[in-house]
Amino acid sequence: MSAREVRNLLVSAVLLGLCALLPIYGSAYWLTMGTTMAMFAVLATSWALFSGPTHYISLATAAFFGVGTFVTGLWFQSLPFWSLPLIAAVAGAALAALVGLVTLRLSGVYFVIFTLGLAEMVRQVFTWVQNQTGARGMYVLTSLTEREIFWMLLALGTLVYLAGWLIGRSRLGFALRIIGNDETVAKHSGIDTARAKVLLFMVPGAAAAAAGAMLAPRYIYIEPATAFAPLLSFQVVIMALLGGTGRLWGPIAGVIPFTLLWEVITRQAPNQTLLLLGLAFLLIVYVLPGGFVGLWDRARRRWGGR
Amino acid sequence: MSKTVLQVRGVTKRFGGLVAVKDMAFDVHQHEVMGIIGPNGSGKSTMINMISGTFAPSAGSILLNGRELAGQPAHRIAQLGVARTFQLVRLLPEMSVLDNVIAGAAFGYRRRWGHSAETFARDLLARVGLAHAAGLPVSTLTYIDTKRVELARALASDPEVLLLDEWLAGLNPTELATGIALIRSLRDEGRTVILVEHVMDAIRSLCDRCVVMASGEKIAEGTPAQALSDPHVIRAYLGEDDA
Repeated sequence: MSAREVRNLLVSAVLLGLCALLPIYGSAYWLTMGTTMAMFAVLATSWALFSGPTHYISLATAAFFGVGTFVTGLWFQSLPFWSLPLIAAVAGAALAALVGLVTLRLSGVYFVIFTLGLAEMVRQVFTWVQNQTGARGMYVLTSLTEREIFWMLLALGTLVYLAGWLIGRSRLGFALRIIGNDETVAKHSGIDTARAKVLLFMVPGAAAAAAGAMLAPRYIYIEPATAFAPLLSFQVVIMALLGGTGRLWGPIAGVIPFTLLWEVITRQAPNQTLLLLGLAFLLIVYVLPGGFVGLWDRARRRWGGR
Repeated sequence: MSKTVLQVRGVTKRFGGLVAVKDMAFDVHQHEVMGIIGPNGSGKSTMINMISGTFAPSAGSILLNGRELAGQPAHRIAQLGVARTFQLVRLLPEMSVLDNVIAGAAFGYRRRWGHSAETFARDLLARVGLAHAAGLPVSTLTYIDTKRVELARALASDPEVLLLDEWLAGLNPTELATGIALIRSLRDEGRTVILVEHVMDAIRSLCDRCVVMASGEKIAEGTPAQALSDPHVIRAYLGEDDA
């Protein structure tokens, strides 16, 4: 490891430590905000691991997340809680693999639409099953407090971050960057593009489902309409793009300001939240094409620095 | 005679009702530069695309050292030892020149990764005359330099057969001389190369043998001097009156 990597690792560890102490020094309000941020940090960072290098915009986050919440909803009484995120991760990865095999041959806008449709389809399937069995929603009543959920999410976030760091150094990560640049070149250079894409698509699938499983107790009552709400997928995309996908820390740099802004807006103007989402998206596309990461890189280039 | 590396037999490609390549057959020997020439639309690029696996032949067999390539996906063919450049240069625009070359080394026939891939890529860049450009983004390169990067990327997998699809096209006379010298140096180091080319000077001075195609069929084969003086070839290029 180079000196730079050691330094980055130390900085990350200190920041993580500060975050982990939030439930101890922070108020209940900030703990709630922190939990939301941790959730989006997991979702946006894992989303960017796949969609960043390949430029395949996935709107399937809600599908994976919803599957995760249902894993908890179905089994929190019969299985120990720690096993639920693991089961959810496996289910999410399996769903991602399935979807990947079917859709990753699609390119551009077709892939986007399919992933959006996927979330909707999974929701309909769950609704249908519930109608067949006569069940409606599910109460997830556990003894977990918000601070425990926060710590679990923080641990998951750390795992996602480490996975991203390892993938970035691996041949798989390099292959994905080549695919994102020119898929034809990738194939003719010996990369099994379908396999590489499916493998990496499983990472956000697993992470989002695990996050869903951890967060289910927070919602207390879950039903398909809320668990698979497509809004979540869009929020994740916008946060990740706002931060920038060029670096591992990029999505988090988008999550923190966006969550704060979202909080202000939902409180001040609860009817205009979607409007904000749309405006934010336009703004990012026109003003910040590389997100904060792009801005940071440009600034460093302009003022010397490394 | 040295051993046969690539053996093409009965290869046909139909696009719907159009027969782009019909019953092609030829051999490529080790350490040989083999040219595929012919008028526009004669099926040369289709032939190259079938060898590299861009698409599969409708019929026939393409053997690389005895292993069937026909019907295999492109990445598999690359792993078996075929590397190519593209008629319209394709680089990886967001990556440095060095990473563009490492991309060719990391997943292909003879795989290299990490330090050894980097050293190898730097050597290849020096080999094609771009030692100074390793760290640059590819957007800063001149046209011939983009072609050099592409060549270095193709060489980076240390392929059994190198396919150059009109690699010399679009170069000015000075660049052309440089380009021809570069390919000749590949031949001198014992590479096996298939060259699709329009530039006659290049064919005469580089190719050991060539296959001439017209309307998807092979009409002549031999040394460039033999092939280019064949009446069928003259007729294909210049029309009936000059044959």
